[in-house]
Amino acid sequence: MNFSIPKETYAGIIPEIVFGKGKKAYFGGQSALPFHFFEGHFPHKPLIAFEIQDQIPEDYPEELAKTYSSVWDDTLRWARFCESLGAQAIALRLTSTHPDSRDSKPEEAADKVKKLLSEIDLPLIILGSNHTEKDADVLPIVADASRGYNCIIGKAQEGNYKTVVASAMAGGHFLIAMSDLDVNLAKQLNILITQMGFPREKIIIDPMCSALGYGFEYTYSVMERIRIAGILQGDSMLCLPMVADVGFYVWKTKETQASESDIPEWGSLHERALMWEAVTACSFLLSGADLLIMRHPEAVKIVNRFMNDLFS
Amino acid sequence: MLIIGERLSVISKKVREAILKKDKAPIQDIAIEQWKAGAHMIEANIGPAEDDGERLMEWMVTTIQEVVPLPVSLDTTNPRAMEAGLKVHNNQWGKPLINSTSLDPERFIMFELAAKYNVPIIALTVGKGGLPRDAEERVEIALQLMEKAAEFGVSLEDIYLDPLVLQISTSQEQAKEVLRAIKLFQDLNDPPMKTIVGLSNISNGCPKHLRPIINKYFLALLMHEGLTAAIANPSEIIEVVKTINVIKGKTLYAHSYLEI
Repeated sequence: MNFSIPKETYAGIIPEIVFGKGKKAYFGGQSALPFHFFEGHFPHKPLIAFEIQDQIPEDYPEELAKTYSSVWDDTLRWARFCESLGAQAIALRLTSTHPDSRDSKPEEAADKVKKLLSEIDLPLIILGSNHTEKDADVLPIVADASRGYNCIIGKAQEGNYKTVVASAMAGGHFLIAMSDLDVNLAKQLNILITQMGFPREKIIIDPMCSALGYGFEYTYSVMERIRIAGILQGDSMLCLPMVADVGFYVWKTKETQASESDIPEWGSLHERALMWEAVTACSFLLSGADLLIMRHPEAVKIVNRFMNDLFS
Repeated sequence: MLIIGERLSVISKKVREAILKKDKAPIQDIAIEQWKAGAHMIEANIGPAEDDGERLMEWMVTTIQEVVPLPVSLDTTNPRAMEAGLKVHNNQWGKPLINSTSLDPERFIMFELAAKYNVPIIALTVGKGGLPRDAEERVEIALQLMEKAAEFGVSLEDIYLDPLVLQISTSQEQAKEVLRAIKLFQDLNDPPMKTIVGLSNISNGCPKHLRPIINKYFLALLMHEGLTAAIANPSEIIEVVKTINVIKGKTLYAHSYLEI
């Protein structure tokens, strides 16, 4: 008797995200759990976006500085550099707008976004500084400046979603909705967002990320639960693509920074740091991330190879 | 749980008058209200409809489906009217439901129609000896109905067993028999048999202010026993259905769970 693999029946399909104006990027659209190719249709691979910032980064450790310090004083040059590395999408984090940083004005951020969009033909993800109140000031101006470019903007959170959602809607953008590591809160935020008239299919869930060794399992299981509730149990408010903001969390860890002379038993800093990002990212692919925001080009390469192997 | 909107029934004076005048507006308003309130299916109860039942059922089904994208549960004892409804039903939004058959041989023709049109059917556990006395008698009748269904070529998955809800004001002890029957019915087959009730019959004859209260608590208990479907007033029961689904873990909790 032949063995046949038992198959799950699914109750939902993850909406397909196509963003960008000239050159487009894609993710989502699948009808089964991650990499369950035998159970469903997977029109796209997960997408990796290269993170850049709107100022010289304040907290990039040595390993990242080695790669980006020659371009990071100019957002446009930085983006072009990422393009030359094969980036399919750019994630611009407006860190300079944070009140504890330069507290730069929304208009200044909007000018940078406009310039980037007019010079670079890559799909753009625009992220605030993760300061709830300041993002509510910055994102509407930035969303308006990028109207028609079909970007992804974020992050809408419980404390500012009304303003951020309205601006994403007016600008015709996709939206990242972030909640604090909780499946029920993620659902609640999405209900509130759709109640404002924002289309469900344009929401990307950010369940809040973490790095390997620093609460990673928690994020992993929240992501898993969101995907199971959405695609298997048919909960439409959770049947949505997910983003993992990997680089932001990974490059804060000691493992990506401690020198070989300080902790010789940890081995090569270079290898260790980029593997920390790559392994965190690959693991989130398994829990259901459709969009990864990453920093180190070598780590991106490893993750892409991992994806290609699984998809081939 | 499947919610079937009960409000389009000849028992209602407003509906009866609209039917007599062939006035679509009140019928469509009620259909829309039930759809918006959360109904998955709309019941069209035209009674025995001995005169011109075919045209009446056709008119009801098309009038409803002109305004709501839902299937219709066809409730009549007139087989010709039933068949007319099945023929005209738009299956784009799901199959219609035949309401109903029982162990009364005159009603076996409904099994024939269910097989012919390949649609689900409600089987009322009423035998020749009048109303069932307890859960065990209901199960006995259910088994005979399942046998009959097989004879007519109706699949068990297309049968909704109805234990017959009786009035609490006159047959109080029957309420808990109905609850037990819902549980026992499910064990008659694997996958479990589907079950259905005409919910508001429980409070028939009670003072008006008590009716929604009795209906809602009874439904919560029925859902706990595993009820598949209820013919009820959707706006009255939707909170119960959503809340019990959350409590039983069928839907994920969120503060706004009642709003979606």
